[in-house]
Amino acid sequence: MKILVAIKRVVDFNVKVRVKADKTGIELANVKMSMNPFDEIAVEEAVRLKDAGKATEIVIVSIGPQAAQETIRTALAMGGDRGILVQTDAEVQPLAVAKALKAVVDKESPNLVVLGKQAIDDDSNQVGQMLAALLGWPQGTFASKVALEGDGIAVTREVDGGLETINLKLPAVVTTDLRLNEPRYASLPNIMKAKKKTIDTLAPDALGIDVAPRLTTLKVEEPAKRQGGVKVADVAALVDKLKNEAKVIG
Amino acid sequence: MTSLVLADHDNASLKASTLSAVTAAQQMGGDIHILVAGQGCGAVAQAAAKIPGVAKVLVADAAQYANALAEPLAALIVSLAGPYSHLVAPASSVGKNVMPRVAALLDVAQISDISAVVSADTFVRPIYAGNALATVQSKDAKKVVTVRGSTFDKAKTDGGSAAVENVNPAADPGLSTFVSQALSKSERPELTSARIVVSGGRGMGSGENFKIIEALADKLGAGVGASRAAVDAGFVPNDYQVGQTGKIVAPDLYIAVGISGAIQHLAGMKDSKVIVAINKDPEAPIFQVADYGLVGDLFQIVPELTKSL
Repeated sequence: MKILVAIKRVVDFNVKVRVKADKTGIELANVKMSMNPFDEIAVEEAVRLKDAGKATEIVIVSIGPQAAQETIRTALAMGGDRGILVQTDAEVQPLAVAKALKAVVDKESPNLVVLGKQAIDDDSNQVGQMLAALLGWPQGTFASKVALEGDGIAVTREVDGGLETINLKLPAVVTTDLRLNEPRYASLPNIMKAKKKTIDTLAPDALGIDVAPRLTTLKVEEPAKRQGGVKVADVAALVDKLKNEAKVIG
Repeated sequence: MTSLVLADHDNASLKASTLSAVTAAQQMGGDIHILVAGQGCGAVAQAAAKIPGVAKVLVADAAQYANALAEPLAALIVSLAGPYSHLVAPASSVGKNVMPRVAALLDVAQISDISAVVSADTFVRPIYAGNALATVQSKDAKKVVTVRGSTFDKAKTDGGSAAVENVNPAADPGLSTFVSQALSKSERPELTSARIVVSGGRGMGSGENFKIIEALADKLGAGVGASRAAVDAGFVPNDYQVGQTGKIVAPDLYIAVGISGAIQHLAGMKDSKVIVAINKDPEAPIFQVADYGLVGDLFQIVPELTKSL
């Protein structure tokens, strides 16, 4: 069984982002970039399925600038077998990403696509669902546990009220939530080995897809800053503030 | 121009997130219809019909909609989408699961988790864990939108008298089946609609220790939340998580106990009206957003606070 894992290069989760002065977007110059944390979980899950003898090949796919090769290389060091970069410097919105991934799936014919439930930059939480729709496949989103069973996959999902388990027919799309696993750090030998693995580069045009944005970003602004308040001395002072100043308790 | 709002419900009652989505749809303009898809969901349809400003309630009552599986539900919404300019859903686990699928089937963009409506085609949405607000305009013929409940007032639940109309189920793609669910049972208010929320973090040390959080919450009639660290450590179930990728809350009072205040947590609660932080580390970032901070041992402070209320 072949697994395709889609990953995104994003601003590292530890970076405190700043809005550009001209309000056109986020300051990205000289900012540390990393693999989207949810996608690391997706790579890890695929590697575990391969380690367990349930998968034979893991193909890592990313859509983005040439620098996304580094991110693919990281995934290869974690245990991916080969990579594909759909290279573009243009803004690629979720629907376009899903179309690019569909084109890659059509070429590669995986049985399972695993990807993060959302990228921590635009927080859209759309691509997995859209890809499943375009392929006519079932989707198991926000997964905290997956189990391959015969020609299907059982996915335990994190939902508003708790957990839900569903069965999907394969092929299927699974998007990962935080509790699915804890991703490994690539070992030095594996990082060296990853340098020899193949990364193919494709142009969106070659895939025959239209990646033109559907949404226009009119402006990006900083939210109103919250002012830090005061430190109170003890519980009695806190209760007094809540009752008489903030008036949020009776 | 008419909006179709997807109701979030459990076949028995309408969830409050639906009411926020109705308010957002009202701001987009035009008529509002509500879709109630479920099984044995008549009471939900009746409740939806009482929301003022709703013109019509569409009910799809069939086994394939009992558990809001994405594939049949998306097929249903697409089958009904024709006359609608806007397809709107709460950014709940159901809305987030099904609406992108709907958008892709219609070949339009989806606009996630909006926090404000500027006009019928322009919306504000938080990005980068709420550290920036993007104003986006959709050029698509249909706008498929999910709504952040905490930033829109809830529509009223009585006074309306919408017509209730049954609609035919769409063909079930038959790709998925529901197996089971394990929902947290709680008598406390739901996290996203509670007026007061008390949350615990890594500083709680164990799930057992959450009892002091619960005691305080019960005294205040509050919901109970947690930081990602507390959920990852297994102290409490996943549905307690407040943050960028968990629940977004904006109660009148948010009490953060033993929570350091990572960006990802702040993203889920910084719109609360009043924030209280209780933490032993005076340098914890949570104090930068807290209206009232109390530095000290939470195991002494929290029980004392409970007792003094």
